[in-house]
Amino acid sequence: MLYAILCYNQEDVICAWSKEHEDGVMQKLGVVQERLSREGRLGPVARLMPTTAATTLRKDREPALVLDGPFAETKEQLLGFYVVDCDGLDGALEIAKDLGKANPGGSYEIRPIALFQPGAFSGAVGA
Amino acid sequence: MTDLAWIEGAITAARPQAMAALLRYFREMDAAEEAFQDACLRALKTWPKNGPPRDPTAWLIMVGRNAAIDAVRKSSRNTVLPPEELLSDLEDAEAEAAERLDGSHYRDDVLRLLFICCHPDLPATQQIALALRIVSGLSVREIARAFLVSEAAMEQRITRAKAKIGAGEASFEAPGPIERAERFAAVAAMLYLVFNEGYSASGKAVEARGGLCDEAIRLARLLLRLFPAEPEMMGLTALLLIQHARSDARFDADGDAILLEDQDRSLWNRKMIGEGLALIDKAMLKRAPGPYQVQAAIAALHARAAKPEDTDWVEIDQLYAVLERMQPSPVVTLNRAVAVAKVRGPEAALEMIEPLGARLDGYFHFHGARGAFLLQAGRQADARQAFDRAISLANTAAEAANIRQYLDRVSADAKKTSS
Repeated sequence: MLYAILCYNQEDVICAWSKEHEDGVMQKLGVVQERLSREGRLGPVARLMPTTAATTLRKDREPALVLDGPFAETKEQLLGFYVVDCDGLDGALEIAKDLGKANPGGSYEIRPIALFQPGAFSGAVGA
Repeated sequence: MTDLAWIEGAITAARPQAMAALLRYFREMDAAEEAFQDACLRALKTWPKNGPPRDPTAWLIMVGRNAAIDAVRKSSRNTVLPPEELLSDLEDAEAEAAERLDGSHYRDDVLRLLFICCHPDLPATQQIALALRIVSGLSVREIARAFLVSEAAMEQRITRAKAKIGAGEASFEAPGPIERAERFAAVAAMLYLVFNEGYSASGKAVEARGGLCDEAIRLARLLLRLFPAEPEMMGLTALLLIQHARSDARFDADGDAILLEDQDRSLWNRKMIGEGLALIDKAMLKRAPGPYQVQAAIAALHARAAKPEDTDWVEIDQLYAVLERMQPSPVVTLNRAVAVAKVRGPEAALEMIEPLGARLDGYFHFHGARGAFLLQAGRQADARQAFDRAISLANTAAEAANIRQYLDRVSADAKKTSS
């Protein structure tokens, strides 16, 4: 079963991280990701740019409306996501907890995936 | 998980908004600072026990306000708010209380706080020092280190600057569109100053001041989050990101500056460049160009070129022409001449900068660029004169060293022609 782990955190807190702290977190996350990858449980991983880079298209009208910023104004913002493969919620929660230990603060939303198309990208694609 | 690092991060992140809101309540800078300090102390006491609040900023504002109100015993005139120990996620009283904190005022509060630091009577360095102290919450010691002055001298400077602004002069009403636009322009200019204070550092000062670039970007992002549809704020943020992306490539092992053309582009930070490009894309949709957007677009053209020779100088020339119209200045024309030299040759560039001589005669970069154009045009003797003049005007040893490289080239060429 595939689960999306949606990462929510306060963006202004993340933006205030020092480079050392950021590097430390990324390194710790890397260790967990590498293990999951070896076990064949890790699918696509994405880290999103800050919400200031976001644009929202309201398509419920014609012509559609282009708005600046993220769709929802929330206290914690969607900053990235993982796709993981596990037997059930227990497994997904366990992965999320491991990731959370490497990167405390904020929340993970664990959401079962209904349809997954791997797409044509292979390897890491940067900005 | 309410460890100290997290609390510290949350407080740093909350500081601009919390200070800004507290300033609106108290209308007095020292009172606002005191209230914020007080709230931070209580946070350090309460958060590890009760867990982190859902909205640290709202928590700090409320607790800071309460503490100050208690202190001056004005409680009869204000709504009684719950003591901070009761504010936890379980009760969710905080969400309700946060509602009462006029959330919609946040954005103008932050803008006002930054704007107060831009008081026109304050010299640029004091504006920067004040913003770093009040808005960013850097310690006087950190700021003194960045400006290479003693802590006592910086303390005095900040105290004097604070006395001058008096905090009372900026209107505390919500600003109208024209006033808001004016505040925006002043604040953007000040953020660019903060950035340049870090960016212009060289040698040992890089370590002490490099953080100012990050801080300017953080504040620019914060403003952009509060005013997500401002194209010039997108432009400024993009400009800062793209310039800062080059920081790992800008100096050699000896700490000497490396020219854009000679930088190892694999060291440029692609993540920052990507974010900068995304912001320019967004800004373009607004069709409301401004100087920061144009400068960001120029920086983007450099960032997009994998090799120096891939640089789209024709487009850069055109963008500088636009910038010249928006913001006429001899320095902009001088920058444009660099692009013109690439597109139409050194003679055209020399012709373009000739009229600037009177105004830029004391400007290091004018003579440096002029020397380079003359050298390209094969006028060695004139080039040597221009380079000598540049060296005499150099502000730093690194600038002089850079020009000496050109002079060595003139000498080498001269030897070649004579032998």
